[in-house]
Amino acid sequence: MAAEFVARGADLELVGIRKEFPGFVAIEDLDLKIPAGEFFALLGPSGCGKTTTLRLVAGLDSPTKGKILIGNKDVTADKPHERPVNTVFQNYALFPHMSVVENVAFGLKQRKVSDPMPKAVDALKLVELEHLAQRRPQQLSGGQQQRVALARALVNRPSLLLLDEPLGALDLKLRRQMQVELKAIQMEVGLTFLHVTHDQEEAMDMADTVAVMNKGRIEQMGAPEALYERPKTIFVSKFLGQSNLFVGDVAESNADSVSINVAGNKITVPTKRAEKTTGKIVIGVRPEKATFHEDQAPEASSGLNVIGPGKIIDIRFTGVSNQYLIEVPQIGNITVFAQNVGKSPVTELGAKVWVSWKVEHSFGLSDLPVDNGEGK
Amino acid sequence: MATLALKPQKLATAQPKKSRIVLLLLLPGLIYLGLFFITPFAALITTSLQQPVLGGGIGQYQPGLEFGNYAFVVGEYLEQIIRSFIYATVATLLALAFSYPIAYFIGVKARNYPILQGLMLTLVIAPFFISFLLRTFAWKEIFGQDSWVSNLLRDTGLMADNEFLLGTPLVVIFGLTYNFIPFMTLPLYTNLERLDTALLEAGSDLYAKPASTFWKVTFPLSIPGITSGTLLTFIPIAGDYVTASRSFLGSPNTAMLGNVIESNFLRIQDYPSAAALSVMLMAAIVVLVSIYIRRTGTEDLL
Ligand SMILES: Nc1ncnc2c1ncn2[C@@H]1O[C@H](COP(=O)(O)OP(=O)(O)O)[C@@H](O)[C@H]1O
Ligand SMILES: [Mg+2]
Repeated sequence: MAAEFVARGADLELVGIRKEFPGFVAIEDLDLKIPAGEFFALLGPSGCGKTTTLRLVAGLDSPTKGKILIGNKDVTADKPHERPVNTVFQNYALFPHMSVVENVAFGLKQRKVSDPMPKAVDALKLVELEHLAQRRPQQLSGGQQQRVALARALVNRPSLLLLDEPLGALDLKLRRQMQVELKAIQMEVGLTFLHVTHDQEEAMDMADTVAVMNKGRIEQMGAPEALYERPKTIFVSKFLGQSNLFVGDVAESNADSVSINVAGNKITVPTKRAEKTTGKIVIGVRPEKATFHEDQAPEASSGLNVIGPGKIIDIRFTGVSNQYLIEVPQIGNITVFAQNVGKSPVTELGAKVWVSWKVEHSFGLSDLPVDNGEGK
Repeated sequence: MATLALKPQKLATAQPKKSRIVLLLLLPGLIYLGLFFITPFAALITTSLQQPVLGGGIGQYQPGLEFGNYAFVVGEYLEQIIRSFIYATVATLLALAFSYPIAYFIGVKARNYPILQGLMLTLVIAPFFISFLLRTFAWKEIFGQDSWVSNLLRDTGLMADNEFLLGTPLVVIFGLTYNFIPFMTLPLYTNLERLDTALLEAGSDLYAKPASTFWKVTFPLSIPGITSGTLLTFIPIAGDYVTASRSFLGSPNTAMLGNVIESNFLRIQDYPSAAALSVMLMAAIVVLVSIYIRRTGTEDLL
């Protein structure tokens, strides 16, 4: 198998890309560099411009402004069929008048590669569909069609493979299985993958680098762990997992830490984990990093943030963890995850509790919540 | 147990009632078929087998089983029969060649511009607002002996002084193509309108140049439209008796099957020959159409 994987991945570089549709700016100003051989995920909510970005890279749309380089070659003016790129389309776009194996062999035949049919069958084996090679796409389930689309793109060994939510139609089990397989294929063939998804778990699980996209802009980019541990904007902190956020004016600030005052509670973040150190800022913490205490407040120290007392207003059992929603007067609701380690929770609804977390787990964000008129 | 025993009974009473309703609903269709298809068809077949009344005058025939009528007309009118199918084939191919780009433009390129689309569709259908006969007559004027077209051709030396445009196969085929082209354009348009352009993008993404995307994707997917378009044009053209007639664009040298049938029915009053020709035309079309549909693999059209 490995002998066929001749093509190598190539760098992709987007420089100052802007895309306008009549009366609508889909992408404002996008700069992106994906090193060769990397598994890159573009993560964002529906409608944020992910598909548009992929279409620009594939050449199906042209940017209003900016340049696209693949392997250091400017391809902005190249037609789609001239680009060393293949796409797994969001709605598959399989040819209904061809059998599955003919669909997969299409690209090979166009490039006049020798033995297209055996190669197509090999690609179908990779996605475990060789037994359906002679079927028409309409006779397959959504998940099977997606795998055909994947095989049809992969078989060409493009320098750059674009995947537009390729696992969206699969059920959870098959999705996890395909995630593992996709990742394995990518490592084996060394192609550059640009994977678009709105599933943050999928992005974090598979990608070397994740770029979080919002309203046509990239908000933050980095390794999955870095993004999760140190989100820099409110959007990223909420889209990639959950966050408890606190807004307040900076009360103390020195070389080591920055503190804000929120309704009489002091919340501190290490200076190196803060994007902003003056004026009004937002400090956040992940729900699993926080714990709560009954009976009495823990001793506040320089290493611990304490908030409370508050009242437990909701308890949810989700399997691996219990989720507690704690209402703190004048501050709002705080979510705390506690691992489900067997001890059944003694805490009841309405119990009076304090919430605490280590200062080193706080993160300071660069932006402020947009005032939605409620004044909070 | 009780319900088990009841069930078949229930079914048994429901069955005849259901089929009666089905029959009732089918009745108008069956009556229509009987009145307007089977009756005239039977009349046509019996007429085609009639024989002359011994010692009778022109147009006097009696019932018979004269199968020789068929052999006679084939011998007598072979030239016109062959010509009909050649003209119909050429005109249909021309209609296809002209219609495809138009239908593609309206159905695919103009998809996002509904006003342009509507305007162009209106232009395709507009000739139908004027009577078929009037339109053909207008072409007769345009191609006439002293028309500007004829004069232009003579002035540029493309046509000799003693040559005519009217009555030539060229002009007859032009007229046939013109008269029936909307029957090609419209089914093609309905087909191409539904073409999923994402497939064209997939084609180009998979290294196909625009021309190969057309031949590998667009064209095969439009075959149902091409099939219904060619049938809707070919069948009426093969039986057309206006365009090729001497009163319009034709001459005796361009007479088609329709013209022969018309003159046998109305002028020579040889009813059996006319009927035999009509039956043969029908049979030939049925045979050709079924072979054609088999080959294009669009059986569900029938
Ligand atoms: N051809 C188009 N014309 C106008 N607006 C478009 C077009 N394609 C996409 N858009 C808009 O651009 C935005 C981004 O779309 P898209 O890239 O498809 O989002 P997603 O991130 O869900 O893939 C959406 O608001 C969408 O409505
Ligand atoms: Mg999308």
